Amino acid sequence: MQTTVLSISLLGMLLVTAAFVFAIRNSKQRNDDYGAVSAKAYGIRRWWMITVCAVGIVATVATLTPFPLTASTGDNPRIIKAVSGQWYWQLEDTTATVGEPIQYHVSTVDVNHGFAIYNPNDRIIAQTQAMPGYINKLNVTFTEPGKHLVRCLEYCGLAHHSMIVEIQVSEAN
Amino acid sequence: MSITEATSNSVEDSNTHTKNHLNLVKLYLAIGILVYALMMIAGVALRAAQGASYLDMNPQLFYQIMTLHGAGMVGVTGLAGLAVNWYFLSRHVLLSTKIFLSALLLSLIAVAMIIGSILIGKFAAGWTFLYPLPAKSLGIWSIASAVTFAAGLLVLGVAFLLVYLDMAIAISKKYGNLTRGLGLHMLFGRAPVDTSHPTTVVASSMVIIVNVAGIAVGAVVLIMTIANLISPAIAPDALLMKHLIYFFGHVFINASIYSAITAVYEILPKYTRRPWTVSKPFLAAWFAATFMVMAVYPHHLLMDFAMPPWAAIAGQIISYTSGIPVLVVTAFGGLTLVYRSGIRWDACSSLLVLGLFGWAAGVVPAVIDGMIRVNMVMHNTLWVPGHFHFYLILGMLPMVLGFAAYLTTNGEQGKSNKIPVYIYAAGGITLCMSFLVSGSLSIPRRFAVHQESWQWLGNVGAIAGTTVLVGTLLIALPILFRLPGATLSAAR
Repeated sequence: MQTTVLSISLLGMLLVTAAFVFAIRNSKQRNDDYGAVSAKAYGIRRWWMITVCAVGIVATVATLTPFPLTASTGDNPRIIKAVSGQWYWQLEDTTATVGEPIQYHVSTVDVNHGFAIYNPNDRIIAQTQAMPGYINKLNVTFTEPGKHLVRCLEYCGLAHHSMIVEIQVSEAN
Repeated sequence: MSITEATSNSVEDSNTHTKNHLNLVKLYLAIGILVYALMMIAGVALRAAQGASYLDMNPQLFYQIMTLHGAGMVGVTGLAGLAVNWYFLSRHVLLSTKIFLSALLLSLIAVAMIIGSILIGKFAAGWTFLYPLPAKSLGIWSIASAVTFAAGLLVLGVAFLLVYLDMAIAISKKYGNLTRGLGLHMLFGRAPVDTSHPTTVVASSMVIIVNVAGIAVGAVVLIMTIANLISPAIAPDALLMKHLIYFFGHVFINASIYSAITAVYEILPKYTRRPWTVSKPFLAAWFAATFMVMAVYPHHLLMDFAMPPWAAIAGQIISYTSGIPVLVVTAFGGLTLVYRSGIRWDACSSLLVLGLFGWAAGVVPAVIDGMIRVNMVMHNTLWVPGHFHFYLILGMLPMVLGFAAYLTTNGEQGKSNKIPVYIYAAGGITLCMSFLVSGSLSIPRRFAVHQESWQWLGNVGAIAGTTVLVGTLLIALPILFRLPGATLSAAR
């Protein structure tokens, strides 16, 4: 997922760069007929606007269906309470099984924290915020066995960076 | 008094008035450049500490410096953007030098309060002072230091509001009201498009509308924070506070960029010898931006599942659409102006076009992170500073430095060296990429200690940040040297 995001971003930024390089490389020789230059540019801009809007509509529909935040991982997920505080995690259960639908009920006893689950390759697979007065429900179905880490991703004070807990995910029988 | 004497006095008054305008802008620029350089050193130190090869910093100091870097950069970006905007707006309307000077003095008081709270009071809740962290440090900093920090930001907000009030009155006096300044009578009414209506007045009207709202909301949340610090029984809702903080923060920093764009609108046409005038698409873009800058902040709350789904969806959609005016109107308009213009490339023109590039290219990682599905794996990783450093190092600051180069060469083209701009741009792009790659590797933001596998990117960031600092100094030193001799009129 993250590699795809980086690749798409780089592609988009390269396109913008290409437009700037094109204009700059063609900037030295002057065309005094700015009316003609701008008329041509407006024609291109119309298509550029249509392209940007079309990409936006496709990307919006593609990334919002199904709605990512409420997409259920199963009808009856196992509920695990995850309580946070400066600077610790208290998980009701620190084990899980591959393919098992789990819903973490994330809360805090003091300040805002971030509940981010890292897979064995050290990439985030899901996250939510832990906010005073609220319980955020995070649906997760682990897809690979091994040691997963929960890191705090909302700055919460002096030992924020060491607020880590392990989740051991085992293969399904 | 004879007519001749009266005329002579009037011209003298006008000259003094103009000189005062220019001197104040020079003062803002000199202080701004100095603060930028100092905050860059702080930023380099943070990345070096994360790299763990060149610098060892304990976490407590790291988070203090992180808070200083954030507050300092946001504050100086606001002031620098304001100075550029004020300079060009004062060419079209009559602005008060007394108010502008008062705002600077108030800002300096605010800066002293903020620095004191961090370096003496050890306040380290981040510049976003996310409630209720300022009140819950587990003994690291005192309540008094947190109150001082919040009060410092409040004083800074008052300084900005004073200037905006003066700008709003001046625009209303000349154009009728802010909506006319924004050109809505030409966009929606029967009035034909008046191409002599200044682009700076349109931009200024938008900035005033959004940033008065942003700073007012900031004042509300700061007062609520101070009330909570003094009396913990006053405990506002954490989600409400988050809304207020991110509305304030997002609007304020965006308004700073939209302020600085006036430099591009005003100076690039001189270099290209082509007009950049208002048109219906231009006015529509600024009208849309007025709403979108205020409506887009929920993309900061996508991981707060207590928010209703419609708000998150709206956050994603507005996040995308807010990039359209930048990409389709401003950046495209700038490139059209440059294409086959015979432009002379010096530090000023290079910086202004770099600023346009940074703003346009920075849209890409920003809107991608604004997608809920992406945000689930990128939120609060180093991707986030990657996108806003793109806007600020490669967008906003080059516009300010380009303006300063223009001012200090008295508008004479080809008088400033463009080589330092290449150094600056190379450092800036590398730094931003180090952040974005870090984000794609799920490296969290705001971590004082990085595990070994992440550290190389911290070192890359530190070296790239140092390059940006060197580039900035090479650009800024001639500017500071020439600043006293700048004579280009600020006022009408």
